[in-house]
Amino acid sequence: MSGLLKLKTAAELRQTYLRHEMFPTIFCDGCGLGNVLNYTLWALDELQLDLDRTVFVSGIGCSSRLSGYVNADGMHTTHGRALAFASGIKAAQPDLNVIVFTGDGDGSGIGGNHLLHTIRRNMDLTVILVNNFTYGMTGGQAAPTTPIDSFSTTTPYGNIEYPLDICALAQTLGAPYVARWMINQPYPPIKSIAQGIQKRGFALIEMLVPCPTAYGRRNGLKQLETIWQWYREHTILIDDYEHIMHFGSPEERAALHDTIKIGVFQDCERESFEARWATLVEQVKL
Amino acid sequence: MSTHRDRLRQAMGDKVQFVQGDDACAYGAILAGCTFFAGYPITPATEVAERMAEILPKIEGCYIQMEDEIASMGAIVGASWTGVKTMTATSGPGFSLMQENLGYAIMTETPCVIVNVQRSGPSTGQPTLGAYGDMMQARWGTHGDHEIIMLCPASVQEAMELTIVAFNLAEAYRTPVLVFIDGELGHMRERLVIPEDDEFELVERTCATSREGYRPFAAGENLVPAFAPFGAGFRTYVTGLTHNEAGLPRSASAPIHDQLVRRLADKILRNTDQIIRYEEFGAEECEIAIIAYGITARACRDVVEEGRQRGLKVGLLRLITIWPFPDEVVARWAARVQAILVPEMNLGQIVHPIREAVAGRCPVMLQSKIGGELHTPTELSEALEELRCQVC
Ligand code: SF4
Repeated sequence: MSGLLKLKTAAELRQTYLRHEMFPTIFCDGCGLGNVLNYTLWALDELQLDLDRTVFVSGIGCSSRLSGYVNADGMHTTHGRALAFASGIKAAQPDLNVIVFTGDGDGSGIGGNHLLHTIRRNMDLTVILVNNFTYGMTGGQAAPTTPIDSFSTTTPYGNIEYPLDICALAQTLGAPYVARWMINQPYPPIKSIAQGIQKRGFALIEMLVPCPTAYGRRNGLKQLETIWQWYREHTILIDDYEHIMHFGSPEERAALHDTIKIGVFQDCERESFEARWATLVEQVKL
Repeated sequence: MSTHRDRLRQAMGDKVQFVQGDDACAYGAILAGCTFFAGYPITPATEVAERMAEILPKIEGCYIQMEDEIASMGAIVGASWTGVKTMTATSGPGFSLMQENLGYAIMTETPCVIVNVQRSGPSTGQPTLGAYGDMMQARWGTHGDHEIIMLCPASVQEAMELTIVAFNLAEAYRTPVLVFIDGELGHMRERLVIPEDDEFELVERTCATSREGYRPFAAGENLVPAFAPFGAGFRTYVTGLTHNEAGLPRSASAPIHDQLVRRLADKILRNTDQIIRYEEFGAEECEIAIIAYGITARACRDVVEEGRQRGLKVGLLRLITIWPFPDEVVARWAARVQAILVPEMNLGQIVHPIREAVAGRCPVMLQSKIGGELHTPTELSEALEELRCQVC
């Protein structure tokens, strides 16, 4: 992939990659899911990926509808189980590119155990996990990622639970590619999605996406202006974070306590399940 | 140069073996052309996974051990969409976990086979002992309106044969098919003869031939849509939501939901003559009948044969296909006999559809036995005698 992306216009992308019968989308005004779709299409285009050999798999939730909008084979599965279905597809047919769209509730709540083991097994999947801090499709209930003290329909007095750092989990489990980005800058996520697809092994790209309807309006984040400001104030690039943690004053370090790190956290090589299985088959086949 | 079929046989070993029912299910799958197995260990079904883990890499298939039975079921459905034949195996608690994705397989018309080596419940129950407590869960366990196909072998040999049949039915009707044995049959060793290829039939799903105008969920007269595997350029969208013939979600449409769900049921209900299997002993001049299935039917067969030698007018209807339920066969027996005995290794499950089919034509007596022991011939003879005294 070239260093500088030469992006098609949104109209050209739509024409080439979308399943037109599925439109309009189900997404609310101001929802960030459309951006995630755009960035994914740009990454596909950059790689010139063969859509006839690519399967988009998803679970249940707003973000899981993304699989249907791409004009390729798609599997909209059950809540939290996308990785299990995707693992079956990839293990049975390792030549296919398998890209998973999931959400924070779908992928790390009900699907948390599948996430853990799919990473451990190092299935060669690209997982685009959209984190909007809530269960959007059911109207805004607390999720495993909901920030502490924030409001949802099931935490009307504020959330008392600690949120899960999905990227930290993936990193610990040894996923060869782990990145987190916001949607307000297109280039880093496009690049990460493309790198994730090229990575032979499990790639997780977490996208921080505003959900003005279900999460935002209960937490003063309904207007785009305030949403962007919140994300700017609450996120920090991993390099800056590391720098402050190493060289900053105690006060500067303490100020980072609730800050969400963004960037590429892990980019290494680790033989995938499919590759290891192929080696095993070569050894024992009759 | 050995063929793929030769290699399958080589991977399974000798033509005649002394093996468990669990092994027989694995062999049936291999003979049927299954190349993908996903599973999770559970007593008394683990040996099915162990055999598959041993054989599949030898024949260039794939075995994957998942994190639980939910994932196992998901993986075999995903793999099936790449065009391969897939199976999983479990027991009661695992079967409970599979219900969610079993429903998905029904809704998305995904061929696959699930073996359930039943043990008692509720909950953890008696893991090492046989039971038939999941017969109704098989029928109604997953939510929503649906039909299911379930086969119940009575011997190690038949476990292998019916697993092949299960794959054929799954492919023919594009639906999950259940093979239900129990812990006793699963762990019991018997002589098994691996058949030659010309001794059984193999069915493959009908595949779409042209991308032009292809609609993935549009079915012709046989109500089964043509299949297009992932990666073949058909660009199919598969969803568990109510969908139209193009596969697009139409979850708020009453007519589309009605049409879809009725077709899914009808593709099974209109083919019951192809799906329903049973065996009859002593059907002629029979006053008291036993209706049984699974391992219980073996002792019943002995009791009926021995009774008829003594001049008793007794017979046995052994149900092999449990779902869809063979109402007409049961009704035919009910019209001829004076009473029916139903021995079950549960507190009474299949006795209910039997009573519904009998529709009051004759008395139906349930002989329940739970705790892990099989019905003995003596118990069955005594129950028959009691019933005979009541009605004859
Ligand atoms: S509920 Fe939230 S996440 Fe769902 S479509 Fe609306 S804005 Fe987007």
